[in-house]
Amino acid sequence: MSFFLDAWTWLITGANWTGGDGVTHRLAEHLYLTVVCLGIACAVALPVALWLGHVGRGGALAVNISNVGRAVPTFAVLVLLTLSPLGKHGDLPTIIALVLFALPPLLTNAYVGMREADRDVVEAARGMGMSGWQLLGRVEVPLAFPLIMTGVRSAAVQVVATATLAALPGGGGLGRIITAGFGTYDTPQVVAGAALVAALALLVEGVLVVAERLLDPMRGRRTSAKTPASGTLRGGGRSGKPESPSHSPSTAGGFDEKVIPAQPTS
Amino acid sequence: MAGAAARQGGDCLSANDWICAEYVRTRGQELTDATVEHVGITVASVLLALLVAFPLALAARRWQRAYGPVLGLTTVLYTVPSLAMYALLLPLFGVGAAVVVTGLVLYSLTVLVRNILAGLESVPEEAREAARGMGYGPYRLLFGVELPLALPALMAGVRIATVSAVALTTVGAIVGYGGLGNLIYDGMDSFFRAQVLTASVICVLLAVLADVLLLGVQRLLTPWARTRGSGRRRTGADTADGAAPDTAGADGANGGVRAAPEPAGKGA
Repeated sequence: MSFFLDAWTWLITGANWTGGDGVTHRLAEHLYLTVVCLGIACAVALPVALWLGHVGRGGALAVNISNVGRAVPTFAVLVLLTLSPLGKHGDLPTIIALVLFALPPLLTNAYVGMREADRDVVEAARGMGMSGWQLLGRVEVPLAFPLIMTGVRSAAVQVVATATLAALPGGGGLGRIITAGFGTYDTPQVVAGAALVAALALLVEGVLVVAERLLDPMRGRRTSAKTPASGTLRGGGRSGKPESPSHSPSTAGGFDEKVIPAQPTS
Repeated sequence: MAGAAARQGGDCLSANDWICAEYVRTRGQELTDATVEHVGITVASVLLALLVAFPLALAARRWQRAYGPVLGLTTVLYTVPSLAMYALLLPLFGVGAAVVVTGLVLYSLTVLVRNILAGLESVPEEAREAARGMGYGPYRLLFGVELPLALPALMAGVRIATVSAVALTTVGAIVGYGGLGNLIYDGMDSFFRAQVLTASVICVLLAVLADVLLLGVQRLLTPWARTRGSGRRRTGADTADGAAPDTAGADGANGGVRAAPEPAGKGA
């Protein structure tokens, strides 16, 4: 366990935080990569997924993309992009790779969320004479919001984690602290770098949970709809969020919100 | 002819092309070794993860108090980046394949525990009651009735875990045990394009192949799920009556994994 003590010592040493290879600079690089990539990925994926969900098409696509995404090793994509002509453009290979890997959870969750929005409510809104856009903005998206945000959180954590790999082909970010530690056989530095990345991932997740609470368009109203059981069980240390009420019981075990519900289509 | 082909082959190596048959021909042994290591690490980690996940899931189901901590812990583990995970395990295990295997086991636990639990929870109470009425004890109930009915969800979990493990093994190159990842890593350092692309492609093919194989295993193990296509789901299933349709979301055709709660894909 002395590794962790040494790592702690490394972390509280001021000299390790300053300079081009210091924690502060690497942390800033990591956050920059995370924010830019998550932003691009959201801007690309969410409109597509919301629209597909609204018109009810492309379900197989949305689900299968996430299966394909899982099979492709990020590390390989990063190296391939770095060796390609794109590699001459600084962070571009990293950003492309990270955006690619943030897309699947965003697409799948947003699409499923839209399809899982209570059909009766949607039909009722349609019956009240809402137009397509009103339906989308005032009924479906608010109902789908928890799952959309689940996708955003998964994507964010994934980007934070994946950005670590950027260090292997020589990019920036906190991964550099780990690889530099490997290079000099400095185990405390390796452990410290790993702990920093894990902490950042949890922190980002926490911030997004809070953001979700604050931004939820159905804030305060959703609680009345949730079953008492689903709120009490906690998964992953984050408080149980209300399940979207329409989850079928067989898929939403009620223990965590990171749920890709069964079979969204057909 | 042969001379021309060889010259052309040599050219693609010296020109550092992305696709190079000469590379595959001359370095076939290296590729095979890396692939074998890759498969070995993946298989070992998924099997070990199953061995660990099963009692964990049973414990979580048996004791309500264990439920939260088990799921919470495995979920937190899932958020640790792979590079960081291997780095954190390094001081505990020293440099070796054990670091990579352990890391992959820890990741797979999240998916497997969740899916086993979801599978067991989806077993209809009537099936349990019927089995109890027939005099089944707890063990026979578990292995004879509940587990077979939970199999589609379990297999969906195994498929996710395996496919992710194939991808994540590559990062093990940082400690020198990444299978095909080692070739990617070396190729990156020496700008050897053919090596990087070939190893990457084999890696993706491995993941797809593993997924298809597991799907085949699942279909063999759950013969009752296959009768659904003809609309007569009740025929083959004496004890399984009515259970398969809900859990067996993973019927082959779509290859979709949708039987159980699923954490986000682990990309790194």
